[in-house]
Amino acid sequence: MRARNFWPWVALAALLVFNLLFTPGFARLELRDGRLFGTLVDIFQNGAPVMLLSVGMTLVIALGGIDLSVGSVMALSGAVAALLMTEQAQSVPVAVLAALALALVVGAFNGALVAYGGIQPIIVTLVMLVMGRGLAQALTHDQKIRFEVPAFEFIGNGTVLGLPFPIFLVAALALLVGLMLTKTAAGLYLEAMGSNPRAARLCGLRVHVIRLVAHMTCSLCAGLAGLIAAADIKEADVANAGLYLELDAILAVVLGGTSLTGGRANLVGSLIGATFIQTLTTMLQMRGVITEHTLIIKAAVALSVCFMQTPAFERLARRFRSAEAA
Amino acid sequence: MNFVRKHITVLAGAFVYVLLYAVASLRYEGFFSLPVFINFLSNNAVLGIVAVGMTFVILSGGIDLSVGAVMSFSSVIIGVLVMDLHWNVYAAIAAALVCGTALGAVMGAIIHATGIKPFIVTLAGMFFVRGLAFLIHLESISISEPGHTAIALASVGALPVTAVLFLGFVLVGWYVAVLTPFGREVYALGGGEEAALLMGLPVRRTKIAVYAVSGFCASFAGAALTFYLSSGSHLEGVGMELDAIATVVIGGTLLAGGVGSVFGTFIGVLMLGLILTSITTYEGMMSSGLTRVAIGGLLLAFVLLQKVLTRRAGVGRAT
Repeated sequence: MRARNFWPWVALAALLVFNLLFTPGFARLELRDGRLFGTLVDIFQNGAPVMLLSVGMTLVIALGGIDLSVGSVMALSGAVAALLMTEQAQSVPVAVLAALALALVVGAFNGALVAYGGIQPIIVTLVMLVMGRGLAQALTHDQKIRFEVPAFEFIGNGTVLGLPFPIFLVAALALLVGLMLTKTAAGLYLEAMGSNPRAARLCGLRVHVIRLVAHMTCSLCAGLAGLIAAADIKEADVANAGLYLELDAILAVVLGGTSLTGGRANLVGSLIGATFIQTLTTMLQMRGVITEHTLIIKAAVALSVCFMQTPAFERLARRFRSAEAA
Repeated sequence: MNFVRKHITVLAGAFVYVLLYAVASLRYEGFFSLPVFINFLSNNAVLGIVAVGMTFVILSGGIDLSVGAVMSFSSVIIGVLVMDLHWNVYAAIAAALVCGTALGAVMGAIIHATGIKPFIVTLAGMFFVRGLAFLIHLESISISEPGHTAIALASVGALPVTAVLFLGFVLVGWYVAVLTPFGREVYALGGGEEAALLMGLPVRRTKIAVYAVSGFCASFAGAALTFYLSSGSHLEGVGMELDAIATVVIGGTLLAGGVGSVFGTFIGVLMLGLILTSITTYEGMMSSGLTRVAIGGLLLAFVLLQKVLTRRAGVGRAT
């Protein structure tokens, strides 16, 4: 029997080996002031937002849904935290909690409209994609908000045990959600609902509540990712925070083997997928490809990976195999 | 009664529009006049042309998230061809239309051949086309060429050229949807793919054509945008997909497919224009962020209204 995450690991390993061989300076690691520096560490630090997003997105996609609003929620939470700390002179815990609470409200809104309103997840979250960033723009009057709050900046670039703090945040959250999926019935419910919502409802699952919680968790992850992104650059940049990250998050989840049609949740796979994407992004940056151009490559990778999950690909592979045997 | 039942969502939209127009006319001095109405047409022409194409996609039961990207891609291509390579304006527009239509057709073909959900394919398409536009030219380009300016300033009577193009698209779109075999195939596809297949309709051709039409409209809107802005712009078209979907939905086309009309979309565009103009110009709330929040809220309200109306009238499929 093949291990569950066989292909994601293979893809990640192939990319890493390619980089170790052909990208100069990729493998360099050094210890400075009690902190590890190097490209590999950067991948985890810069990739933390996408990793967080992919954790939440896994839950939503496992239900057969989607959340396109995560990038905007990132912008919104960063903006709210920055505004509270600068204009309102609030303490860091208050700012963090308020930002996360707002993210939860957005998630609850998404979840309620999908579950109780019966509207397609794409439409609801597309609306929130636009409204979330719009609200953030209105709150900040389209200005970038700079701040100097060391305690808050720690979220983005603090050091614990020689490693960047965001790595620990991702690990903690992933562990929490992972335990919920494997040690409680939540994982089973999620997959049951994703593969057949009607059957799940007839079995007595509280499908609406499950959907609500999944969307809220996803949004909370996005809110946290937004705080990391803002803390990392000491600035809430409403126009660019989390921009285009929804595709990265979806791509991470799909790469990890969670089917877009729902019914399967593979958290570890998603994290491997997110690492893959960040490695790809870092590699393209190190090779001088402009951010805007990497969109093309990511879109192509996303489509190919989606394609590999479809029945059409199965048919093609089968024909290929039988042609080989003949 | 059958007519009312069949067109209930469009009629509701038209009714709300008339009501809103009346309220606005009473509230704002000079709102009820021909020049203001013509302004609505020309200011929303770009969105309107995109929305006509989106109507076909949504009628067929799909969705196209790439329209904003295709639109700005097309405007950038026209800019590069006219300003950097000194092409004739018409040739440049034709080239942009071919590119846009081809991009749409490719997305349609991928959707049909692989069975990947339309929103994933067109979402990837959106990123791909945006990347492509940046690959062609990293910044927006201003277009100042006599031939181009001449078209931009042209008008038919009191109607500016963009308004004429918009009306033309609505008329042709309405004709194609209602009076051609292709139109009937689109409705049938949206009503139920399997049924359409069993009826012997060319499902594959229709599906590909629908996205090609959307790509064509989006790239044409890109051309209209260059007339409107005198530039090929990377910045325009972000969030355009939501606006287009919003106008289609406000116009009474069901997101599930199979029910709706191009005429409804026309009303949807006018309604969105009316509300936005009221908010920004007449109420003096000039925040682009709040405008986006308003569009989102409006779309949600109409989607919920659709749910209620269709449940009561029994049209559309249960989802």
